[in-house]
Amino acid sequence: MTYSASTHARRTRIVERVLFWVFRLATYFVLACATYIFLDIGIKGSRTVFTSSPPFINVPFLTEPPQTLYVFDYEGKKLTLSDRQFREWQAAHPQAAVEPATVAYSAGGIWPCIVGTALLVIGSMVLALLIGISSAIYLSEYSRNNRWIRLVRIAILNLAGVPSIVFGLFGFGLFVIFFGWNVSLLAGWFTLGLMILPAIITASEESLRAVPQGLREGSLALGATKWQTIRKNVLPYALPGILTSSILGIARVAGETAPIMFTAAYAMRDEMPWNVRHVGDFVFQGVMALPYHIYVVSSKIPQNEYTERVQYGAAFVFLALVMVIALTSIVLRERTRNRLSW
Amino acid sequence: MVSLIEMPQTVSNPVNRTVPAPEATAAETMIEISDLDFAYGTNHVLHDVSLHIPPRAVTAFIGPSGCGKTTLLRCLNRMNDLVDGAQIKRGFIRIMGTDINAPGLDVVDLRRRVGMVFQKSNPFPKSIYDNIAYGLRIAGITKRSRIDEAVEKSLRAAALWDEVKDRLHVSGYGLSGGQQQRLCIARALAVEPEIILMDEPCSALDPIATAKVEGLIHELRTKYTIVIVTHNMQQAGRVSDHTAFFYLGRLIEFADTRKIFSNPAQKQTEDYITGRFG
Repeated sequence: MTYSASTHARRTRIVERVLFWVFRLATYFVLACATYIFLDIGIKGSRTVFTSSPPFINVPFLTEPPQTLYVFDYEGKKLTLSDRQFREWQAAHPQAAVEPATVAYSAGGIWPCIVGTALLVIGSMVLALLIGISSAIYLSEYSRNNRWIRLVRIAILNLAGVPSIVFGLFGFGLFVIFFGWNVSLLAGWFTLGLMILPAIITASEESLRAVPQGLREGSLALGATKWQTIRKNVLPYALPGILTSSILGIARVAGETAPIMFTAAYAMRDEMPWNVRHVGDFVFQGVMALPYHIYVVSSKIPQNEYTERVQYGAAFVFLALVMVIALTSIVLRERTRNRLSW
Repeated sequence: MVSLIEMPQTVSNPVNRTVPAPEATAAETMIEISDLDFAYGTNHVLHDVSLHIPPRAVTAFIGPSGCGKTTLLRCLNRMNDLVDGAQIKRGFIRIMGTDINAPGLDVVDLRRRVGMVFQKSNPFPKSIYDNIAYGLRIAGITKRSRIDEAVEKSLRAAALWDEVKDRLHVSGYGLSGGQQQRLCIARALAVEPEIILMDEPCSALDPIATAKVEGLIHELRTKYTIVIVTHNMQQAGRVSDHTAFFYLGRLIEFADTRKIFSNPAQKQTEDYITGRFG
């Protein structure tokens, strides 16, 4: 008896130890991956983004459009020049006959991509917030819990599970082709907006439900209409929560490549978005976008030692951008949490 | 031998419901509840409740938990409309002669005239001033001087003015529990209702705050018709003129408070107020 009991006890102890290490290593594995990604992009990207002399930030990389890189030997020196620099160099050396190797997009900067991503994010978030908050108000404040509403909720959940590439194809079919918007900001806004909509609806509904029922009843009992109650005594207190969770939505909208690659993104565009002939054309133009640019420079052009600069630089800027957005959301959340408590 | 009919104080026996109110005549009835059956979905909560609530007096609803007293109170300003599946199965409620469940009745107007104070004090997360001004503003009153006046008047009526007059623009959340509840009463008074419903207004308050709120109720009875739900029988005895005792969704007895507490007609009432159950 004693013997078998102690065997049992020993076995239990071994299982405990093994499982402990399985769980622990799983956690460390995640940590290691995250560290590797951040360090890799951080170190290699900062070589592009930062400089060793004042102003310490590679301003042209942030403010110039992507350019072709020209690589050639001249008088024993190896020169790597951007489009603009190469033309200046040629003007200065009219007799020089060089046959440079060219590397697409690997010189200059990523300014149009930053602008394009900002435009896509702003438009799609405005769209998603308008539709999302409205339908969250309907679901939380007006609808009764019946079979139809349960069906609507299931539809919303399903929408959240649709892969982003499917959204991209859907947007391409509906907005780009059927509506004839072509590859444009408008098509991108709607596609990204639809993609983020389920998250916005869910978050908004949660924030609305978090507003105590007592505030609604107190308002109604004073003779307020339903809409007065929502507008003055529910929505203002739910809005901070809605906006906080929307900021995390921004990070997702900014990062998605698949939905925009058929609907809004150009691999290369020389014109900046504000250089349109008519104001009305503004929403019907395609733009460059950071995630799509990273995709293009990493897999659509022949790789060599000169392509790494832009790849890591763009990834670094992108990561920093998302991080800033996430931090903003955390700060906002803490602030509103302290201000509103019931 | 005295017949039942000549004893108007003996009220609706669950089996053969008869006389609805103590000394109620048509002219002396503010709220007339007649044969009311009420259910949340399939859960039948009120059975055959008939009751005449007189004006400018305090009527208390007492009874053990789940007896339907709060449900009945929330029927009076149609707060139950917010609950899924809530439905009046039979009977009617008239306030000053108007059926409040009639199709086309303006619920918003009803609720303005029938104010409510809730069990859990629910000041809005706004300043004291804005809490009181809320009801006026949603009614479309924008004139500053008029709102100022109403704020002071309501706070005075709620015996809160002296305590908060120097900090009207700080959050209502900064007040103590008792002050918050009086703020909610002031907020209800600001829209000048005719009836005030109170759903266990003191259940979360300490004895001193409770005494203040009860004193306030005593003051208000001369101008308003007050219906108060309470768990606390001493409180019903202290503040009310009439008391209705409910048990399992039925009105067991409705009479003068003094009579209910000294000489109840029904055995169940006596058992409850003497603490034998409930």
